Amino acid sequence: MKESYDILIVGVGGQGTILTSNVLGEACLIEGKSVRGAETHGMAQRGGSVETHIRINGVHGPLIPAGEADIVIALELIEALRFRHYSTPEGVMVVNRELIVPASVYAKKLEVPTMENILERLSDSKPCVIDANALALQAGSALTQNIVMVGAASRYLPLSEHALREAVRRCVPEKTIDVNLAAFALGRDASASCR
Amino acid sequence: MEKRYLLGNEAIAHACLESSVDFVTGYPGTPSSEVIDTLRSHGPTDFYLEWSVNEKVAFENALAAAWCGQRALCTMKHVGLNVASDPLMTSAYTGITGGFVVMSADDPFAHSSQNEQDSRCYARFARLPCLDPHGVQEAHDMIRDAFSLSEELGLPVLFRPTTRICHSKSDVVLGEVGSEHRKGEFVRDPAKYVVIPAHTRVLHRKLNEKQPVIVKTLAQRGYNDAEIRGKTAVIAGGISASYVQEVIPPDVSWARVGAYPVDEEWLRNFVRQHNKVLVIEELHPIIEEAVREIAGKTVIHGKKDGFTPWEGELNPASVAEIFVKAGYLASSPFRKPGTADMTLPSRPPILCAGCMHRATFYAIKKVFRDAVYPSDIGCYTLGLQLGVVDTTICMGASITVASGINHSGDERDVVCTIGDSTFLHTGICGLLNAAYNGADMTVVILDNRVTAMTGHQPNPMSGKRARGEPSVPISLEAICRACGVQFVETADPYDLTDLIEVLRRAKDQKGVRVIIAKQPCVISARRAGVKRKPLAVDAELCTGCSACIRFGCPAIEFDKEKSSIGPLCSGCGVCASICPAGAIGPEGRP
Repeated sequence: MKESYDILIVGVGGQGTILTSNVLGEACLIEGKSVRGAETHGMAQRGGSVETHIRINGVHGPLIPAGEADIVIALELIEALRFRHYSTPEGVMVVNRELIVPASVYAKKLEVPTMENILERLSDSKPCVIDANALALQAGSALTQNIVMVGAASRYLPLSEHALREAVRRCVPEKTIDVNLAAFALGRDASASCR
Repeated sequence: MEKRYLLGNEAIAHACLESSVDFVTGYPGTPSSEVIDTLRSHGPTDFYLEWSVNEKVAFENALAAAWCGQRALCTMKHVGLNVASDPLMTSAYTGITGGFVVMSADDPFAHSSQNEQDSRCYARFARLPCLDPHGVQEAHDMIRDAFSLSEELGLPVLFRPTTRICHSKSDVVLGEVGSEHRKGEFVRDPAKYVVIPAHTRVLHRKLNEKQPVIVKTLAQRGYNDAEIRGKTAVIAGGISASYVQEVIPPDVSWARVGAYPVDEEWLRNFVRQHNKVLVIEELHPIIEEAVREIAGKTVIHGKKDGFTPWEGELNPASVAEIFVKAGYLASSPFRKPGTADMTLPSRPPILCAGCMHRATFYAIKKVFRDAVYPSDIGCYTLGLQLGVVDTTICMGASITVASGINHSGDERDVVCTIGDSTFLHTGICGLLNAAYNGADMTVVILDNRVTAMTGHQPNPMSGKRARGEPSVPISLEAICRACGVQFVETADPYDLTDLIEVLRRAKDQKGVRVIIAKQPCVISARRAGVKRKPLAVDAELCTGCSACIRFGCPAIEFDKEKSSIGPLCSGCGVCASICPAGAIGPEGRP
């Protein structure tokens, strides 16, 4: 019954989920598709977990029910685990190979999670794991990690590569267009080997 | 006609431009802030705009402009309307001559608020019309309409979006930006603007006489719509109406309420064509109460018989569950999701690396060990995690709660914290009262020169106004002294030794003592190009005592019995003063 293609983007406040949402929404406009989205603003952005919902072809509300996301794009590993139940059983997970240890771990003296451990726990979701930091640096700026992730996710989205590239061009600062387009291309190449 | 992908608040701001708004005021508050942030940062500047110091001030300024015939907008979050409620109630009596739209953004689920109050109750209380959009496009269209509606009725119009409208995005069709601005002119009319008893009794009667006109006008404008499809029905309002559309079966009728007060005739006609009606709305049962009044023999389900929740926000899945409970759906169309992994470490928002509040809280805790710590509303409420926030109720209440605790007979020291913007908002009266009535307490003003939590809006301490124009210098020290406080000292929280010394001196005094902890917000400083050398831990000197970890800075990590400093470090250097082993110093130190 669901008409929309539902994307959940998760990460840590400050990682650029909102720009990611802008790129996907702009691409929908370019393709003439309706779109709905919901974002985290305000104090929760101060280093907290953030989630952004985007519903391509959405015409009703902006919220994706847990278990209904067609794709989860995680900009951080712990957040990937935290939100993976939002994915449908067939859903795709595109995950940044980036671990940001929450300060609560040190404050409460919990065991410090390791990348290997988190990847192991994620493995039954068969995630497409992308080293966005390395690719962003290769593109020319560590700040383009979120666009690397859009590129990596682009293979799965019902949006053309052309529309997404044009959307990147429109949404990022003019001086950074080339770097961001390079980041997009590197991300897209990197996910070629995923399922 | 241009189509863009916009945040609800950006679409609302654009609609104000389309309506040729002349006068804009507001006080920042999530989820309302981006309306004025959009208007002040982009587009035309051919109209007046200010960030006011509080919502009452904002409301009264805008009301005056509307009295002068202009189109005025005033924005705030729901709890801000409490502050502005005094002029709100009587502005319904005086009415206006221009257009006046009051946006009060509600926050079901209290994503970033101290309560979940429902602004529709204020509209009912004040007997004013209220518009409640169910989506971003409708929010845009309603605002464009609200100014002319206000002018037609001669009344302020309350516009009440919720978080899931303000912070949702959608493709939105926009209109042309208007440019026909009006110059204000006050026309003397004491019977209308001077609410002495003889005048106000007449004005109250006139407001009551206007009620049927309000209902009729709202009905004509088509804010409420419905479709009859069977013998059972759903009535919904606000964003819930969009969740209903997502799950409603084809044989169930629906009605959507977008404006209040609801036309009872229309409602009765709809309800009585059905055997059963389910009412779905977030927060207060405003629609449900109206429906129950005219229900006749129709069975009504809603909050009052336990079908829908009184608190929190809804979503498509929870609406589907309510449909199942009411017998409208055999089962939810959504999958049962797997359970969330609860073993993961939580990631609540925290004070930034290098935040001046953390250093100040550390110093307070060091000097006043067994004290009571009333606090206030701002980023620094996160000091809760550091054990230095004992109370938070509303803007400005740190100082008044502190004096109340002190006068109650509790013999411990009382040390309250309040931000610069919050102090100017409603803190000054409390300070004046505490000094006047001889309280014995310490007030720490956390002066980071900006209203940080809501998105770094300028305030009188920032040295600039909403559009960046320079403003006159304001002295917190002079304000505090003028309130009758004898002990007023300023210290830099990055100079921990000095701040601790000042706090110790304050502790030895009697009466009201004010310490102004002053250092720009670390985010504003970074944006302004301030660069400080990051710090590093000398692993050989680190004893693993974790004193720096207890400080709680997110840049400091701890693994294998040693601390280390990560890339988040902003170079404030406070941890270096805390480390008992002297193991922390500037990165690259020989």
